[in-house]
Amino acid sequence: MKIYQKLYDTDIGYSFFNSKVAIISFIIFLLIAFCSFFAEFVSPYDPFDPLNISLMDAFIPPIWSEGGDVKFILGTDQQGRDMLSTIIYGSRISLIVGFASIIFAMLLGIFLGVTSGYLGGKYEIIVMRLTDVQLTIPSILMALLVDGIARAIISKSMHDEMAIYVLIFAIGISEWPQFARVTRASTLVEKNKEYVAASKIIGLSGIYIMFKHILPNILRPVLVIATIGLALAIIAESTLSFLGVGVPPTTPSLGTLIRFGNNFLFSGEWWITFFPAIFLVVLALSINLLGDWMRDALNPKLKKR
Amino acid sequence: MSFLKIQNLDISYKTRKETIIASQNVSFTLEKGEILGVVGESGSGKSTIANAIINQIDPPGEITQGSIQLEDAELCNNEKLIQTFRGKKIGFIFQDPQTSLNPLFTIKEQLVETIQTHLKLSDHEATKRAIQLLKEVGIYDAEKRINNYPHQFSGGMRQRVVIALSICCEPDLLIADEPTTALDVSIQAQILKLIKELTIKRNLAVIIITHDMGVISEITNKVAIMRYGVIVEQGLTKDVLSNPQSLEGKSLIISVPPTNKKIDRFTLISPEGKEITLNSANITKNIIKTWGIRETNNKKILNFENVSKAFDDGSLLKKQDSKDMVKALNDVSFDLIEGETLGLVGESGSGKSTVAKIITGLIKPTSGKISYYSNQLYNDRKVYQPQYSRGQIQMIFQDPYSSLNPRFKVKDIIAEPLKFYQKDLSQQDLLSNIYDLIDIVGMSRQSLDRYPHEFSGGQRQRISIARALATRPRLLICDEPTSALDVSIQAQILNLLKDIQDELHLTMLFISHDLPVIRQMCNRIVVLKDGIVCEINDSESLFNQPQHSYTKKLIDLMPKIESLV
Repeated sequence: MKIYQKLYDTDIGYSFFNSKVAIISFIIFLLIAFCSFFAEFVSPYDPFDPLNISLMDAFIPPIWSEGGDVKFILGTDQQGRDMLSTIIYGSRISLIVGFASIIFAMLLGIFLGVTSGYLGGKYEIIVMRLTDVQLTIPSILMALLVDGIARAIISKSMHDEMAIYVLIFAIGISEWPQFARVTRASTLVEKNKEYVAASKIIGLSGIYIMFKHILPNILRPVLVIATIGLALAIIAESTLSFLGVGVPPTTPSLGTLIRFGNNFLFSGEWWITFFPAIFLVVLALSINLLGDWMRDALNPKLKKR
Repeated sequence: MSFLKIQNLDISYKTRKETIIASQNVSFTLEKGEILGVVGESGSGKSTIANAIINQIDPPGEITQGSIQLEDAELCNNEKLIQTFRGKKIGFIFQDPQTSLNPLFTIKEQLVETIQTHLKLSDHEATKRAIQLLKEVGIYDAEKRINNYPHQFSGGMRQRVVIALSICCEPDLLIADEPTTALDVSIQAQILKLIKELTIKRNLAVIIITHDMGVISEITNKVAIMRYGVIVEQGLTKDVLSNPQSLEGKSLIISVPPTNKKIDRFTLISPEGKEITLNSANITKNIIKTWGIRETNNKKILNFENVSKAFDDGSLLKKQDSKDMVKALNDVSFDLIEGETLGLVGESGSGKSTVAKIITGLIKPTSGKISYYSNQLYNDRKVYQPQYSRGQIQMIFQDPYSSLNPRFKVKDIIAEPLKFYQKDLSQQDLLSNIYDLIDIVGMSRQSLDRYPHEFSGGQRQRISIARALATRPRLLICDEPTSALDVSIQAQILNLLKDIQDELHLTMLFISHDLPVIRQMCNRIVVLKDGIVCEINDSESLFNQPQHSYTKKLIDLMPKIESLV
């Protein structure tokens, strides 16, 4: 209770507890994150254990439809795997790829953004033109390109193992310009403040000033675009998996599940694609709404009096 | 019946955690032809009262009690009525002429719009009236200038335009909120003179809000001193300034730097009402022993020789010596002798801060030599050579709100330079050094664990000083260290700087636009104008027999609180 009181007293905590949208989306997000993290304990079956799968159970519709089975709440897919379990396991892959790629994009973008903002000169011009070029390439195209190159380099047998890393790299590389632009702009503001001048006069090195003094002061906008970026990254992952260049079918993510289901959509087994898709929408929406709230709460200009 | 009568006015701001009382039981009256000065330190509620009169208090602030009567009309919380008064009966002059005019409209459009809102005049008549107003506020060639945009006027001219705007519908009451704070001394004098003339000519009632006792003594008839939202003292300016009764009044007036003599330390008023002139700081701390013995034997510590600085426009095609380049410094030369305080005085744009930035290596000079003792601070390729100064040149900045990293605790702010210059310092020695430094600047040790935003401007400036002292400096550059502070806090900080200098044998370069402060602090003074040195002289001779015409003008124009006392 004490912690709650303390949180409530801070401006950001107050704004959070007074925003229904923020609370609901945060709870949904936490729930999904919790389930996927503890998938082994939460999900009713382990869909990847061949012992659990029986082809006899294939194509069972959800529990409330005709022919539904109590054992499979959301029905089963063509291999007889429980939909609920595969979704929970699949969201784990989606979340891991989303987080990892956004962290990768963040590290790259922040480094290039802060250094180019602080150092200026030709280095800044080169970095900023690079972000312009990067932004002209659609992110899906970029990811397909990376995937294609990876396929050419990595041997077929290795490819399934490496697929997830390739995916993280591919999504990360298309997201970093956002971070670079925002951090550069904030760095330009911060570096003209007198505390930076004071650090320079003390004799501190540029790297130290950039990452010890400036970086902590510009993290707010980074946090906002990282949250919204996370939703984008999860969607990008699903898109790539849907197109078949994402994670291998043996460890399906939400996108892969939607792709499988898509084949059966017109033969009446709608639930195989519907539930993963709804799940993806809810996940992305809750993160997006959270990001929206955060942008308002962290922006002093929009603060309600 | 008085022209303006304010009675028992209470204004409070309700926030989530507390209710802030911005004014309490404020009453005063004002007649036509009078100028009332409202003076007080920042946060004392001066501006809130001005905003209350025109019903422009920002929410969640509200008038909870009291009345404001203008010629028998009750204005309090009567938005409909006040809307017809604003601009017509009540004129308002804002602090910053840079932002109070719309940059996208010409002066003519802004004046005509205001005039036509309140008076039924045709375009032609309104224009004629606008031109006449501009002439009245002293804008030459008004027929032509009226078609200019705000950016084509200088700061002082813009403030004249704002004044023209505020009087364009012949108001009876003029409210000026810090009208000269953003302006240079010479322009301040002109604007004050203009307001004074208009008051007499148009029989206005004027309220001037300011923190500057000089302004108060120059133009007001009556004065009200505020503190924490309460008027602690009011009366005729002459009486209040010469014989203040309240504690706050005494403290405000005694801490104003005298313009006509040099005093050793500022007198401060203790909370009990006693005058204290103590040599307060007990600086003989252990940390000072580690500095080694320092003597001042009239050696040149810094030599500035024919330094020029031109700012280019940043284009990739560099043209040397092109005429478009702005010369911030032009052939500036001066010396700094060990142990002295050299004042650098000039109006905005004179290049004062550029000098400080060049010495500390923040910007490069275009030409000229700067030597620290016998070493050149810049090599032939104009690269700064920090190894010669090794932290011995430190700087205190103007803005206490941006000069400390908001994400660092005070402890870490002070520890940083200590750790950087003494890599082998043990944790225990580091802590004792930090304690010594925070003691020297007169702050409590509890403050070490807090963040900068928890402190007031004056306290932050003390933290800044502690940080600057941590590198064992020999030369301390103070760039307008008190211009953002209230006058009583200014007195404390200036006393502290003097104490530190005496004990530590520091040499100081003191940069300010404030002549009285410069006189109190400095042994010698350099007067700068547009990047050119006008005069270098001992401070007493400079104030008593100024040689250069510009120096004479500056000294002549500075507001003198003594003129009334």
